[in-house]
Amino acid sequence: MLDYVWLILLFPLAGVLINALLGRWLDRRVVATIASLAVGASFVVALLVFFAMLGLPAETEAGGNGRERIMPIFSWIVAGEFEVEAAILLDQLSILMALVVTGVSTLLHIYSAAYMHGEEYYNRYFTWLNLFVLMMLILVLGNNFLVMYVGWEGVGLCSYLLIGYWFEKKSAADAGKKAFIVNRVGDFGFALGIMLIFASFGSLAFKDVFPAASTVLPGTATAIALLLFLGAAGKSAQIPLYVWLPDAMEGPTPVSALIHAATMVTAGVYMVARCHTIFEASPSALNWVIWIGVLTAFFAATMALVQKDFKRILAYSTISQLGYMFVGMGAGAYAAGMFHLTTHAFFKALLFLCAGSVMHALSGELDIFKMGGLRRKMPWTFATLLVGVLALSGVPLLAGFFSKDEILLGAYESGALIPWILGTLTAALTAFYAFRLLFVAFYGKPRMDKRTQRQLHESPPVMLVPMVILAVLAVLGGYIGLPRFVGLGNAIDEFLHPIFAGSLHAAPAADHTALEITLMAVSTLAVAAGFVAAYWIYVRNWGMGERMTRSAQWLYDIVYNKYYVDEAYTEVIVKPLRILGDFMTEAVEERSIDRAVNGLARLVGLAGEGLRRLQTGLVRNYALAMFIGIVAVMIYFVIRSIWAL
Amino acid sequence: MVPPSFYLILSAILFALGAAGVLIRRNALVMFMSVEMMLNAVNLTLITYSRLLDNIEGQVFVLLVMAVAAAEVAVGLAIVVAYHRHKDSADVDEMDLLKW
Repeated sequence: MLDYVWLILLFPLAGVLINALLGRWLDRRVVATIASLAVGASFVVALLVFFAMLGLPAETEAGGNGRERIMPIFSWIVAGEFEVEAAILLDQLSILMALVVTGVSTLLHIYSAAYMHGEEYYNRYFTWLNLFVLMMLILVLGNNFLVMYVGWEGVGLCSYLLIGYWFEKKSAADAGKKAFIVNRVGDFGFALGIMLIFASFGSLAFKDVFPAASTVLPGTATAIALLLFLGAAGKSAQIPLYVWLPDAMEGPTPVSALIHAATMVTAGVYMVARCHTIFEASPSALNWVIWIGVLTAFFAATMALVQKDFKRILAYSTISQLGYMFVGMGAGAYAAGMFHLTTHAFFKALLFLCAGSVMHALSGELDIFKMGGLRRKMPWTFATLLVGVLALSGVPLLAGFFSKDEILLGAYESGALIPWILGTLTAALTAFYAFRLLFVAFYGKPRMDKRTQRQLHESPPVMLVPMVILAVLAVLGGYIGLPRFVGLGNAIDEFLHPIFAGSLHAAPAADHTALEITLMAVSTLAVAAGFVAAYWIYVRNWGMGERMTRSAQWLYDIVYNKYYVDEAYTEVIVKPLRILGDFMTEAVEERSIDRAVNGLARLVGLAGEGLRRLQTGLVRNYALAMFIGIVAVMIYFVIRSIWAL
Repeated sequence: MVPPSFYLILSAILFALGAAGVLIRRNALVMFMSVEMMLNAVNLTLITYSRLLDNIEGQVFVLLVMAVAAAEVAVGLAIVVAYHRHKDSADVDEMDLLKW
């Protein structure tokens, strides 16, 4: 089965081609079916490959990774010393990502079929969605940095296209552009990092670079790691490049669920996990990762506290949870980070699907303060959202609980005390905003107008089924990574172990059940505190939130306006760039380059005006000119031959 | 045997006459004939040297020149005839439509 891993890429590619070329003439149901089947087939192949992989020994006799395969597809670039082969790297990390990507994508495709039903560019939507899946798979399955970069840019492009799906709406088109440009800053770092890797290692293939990572100078390793991390920060929406993700909510909700919650934004986390040897070769890079991660987690969580827009709350929550994953990476708890990536993909996609379901019922309303009391009208959505909220806030026994605690434990064990404290604090904030979302939107009295209230309805089964499946996964997903003290083994940790075997914190620390339980209790208390606060403010004492807002209006304003980061970026970066751009257009382009070009053209024109007098039209003049020319040439040769004598 | 220099001198005279004809005459037909004369002058030179150096390539070259000359005349005469039908003249000085 392992030899058929290329089928994972082939199916989405086929879906893209069919829907792109023939989609216009196909029935909508056919388009959606083709797209969903393509990704579904890809998921089935990934699953089969995964089980085939489990059948292999985890370790070869030589002590290497027994489940790693490199499958060449074609030789892409051969230029002297520089060789790049497009090949699939199949190992534990890439198959985990491939499973998450194709699995969640399949559910999202099915959901989209119903959610996007009335949209005009139906086939275009599914073409892009399939293209996204293809690019994401190229990103995670590539065996070298250049192939990864192709996928990296490809998902960025699909993200841009899908955010701007409703491009007639200016805010959507702007949001798409913002996402693209901000990502470009990160990609620029990534590209420089790749060039530096080639300059230092002489190769771009993972199998050449990673074993040699410790041989380069620490300064070089730091430079490479930080450049790569800049790319990761752009794609995974970390400080300082997170600003695009909240705006990306302008896209259709399934897109937010798939690209801006479950898969694309985790590409940065995957990349750091993949390149962990480079990060570990540098003395300071992991510190940067953990600090950026925890600060992003904390500040994004505070911003989520006061947002009113259903999807924006989730967007800030995504940024915050991605921050957690980077904390895991920075603490050397790579498996924990990947574990959180997986569970987060389930419950955050679920939350977004619930948002879509609510929007569907309320004809596009997103302000949670204009909802209320949806619990009885939309029982299925309520139930699944409840599961999602519980999983997100880290209530014990649900997915988010296990993965978040693994990360916090990793942070604590690595000695990063302040990140651990901030992370635990963030857990409380997370619980607060998650339950606030649930309570405000689904409890209390309905606050929408009468007409909307009458039209309230539960979503169709096509939308509910993916939500229920994701809800089940959000509950069960955590059990692949049980804490060590339970004694049943941490399945994901053990599965990923060969990848991270050589890393700093790979050896399982000494038994410290007491510490684990203590940390768990602390974070559970934090979650409980967040829950109680949200319950107190938004259920028991409705209206208290508003009073609190008024009593600290200045603070509220700062947080509600996202610490004015967007405004600061506008002032510090966008405006100077515009001034520079205007200067370039007027002074350089119009007054210098254009004038030089026009002057040259005029000069040539004048010369032609003078020289055209030579064209007399008389044959004998031409013949004479030829004759004189030939005689001159002959005289030259005669003189030269005499000279030579 | 006639010495080779005689042939070469004759060839030079023919060439000069031809060149003068091309430059001086206004009748397109006569100019063509002059060009043919120049070509044949060159042919004569080639033949002479071919014999002198006992090298067959000169003669091959002459055959090539003849073939090209025939083709050139075919095209050139067609143009002259067409022009004559159009303007009732073969004076090259009147053919100046394409000048500035």
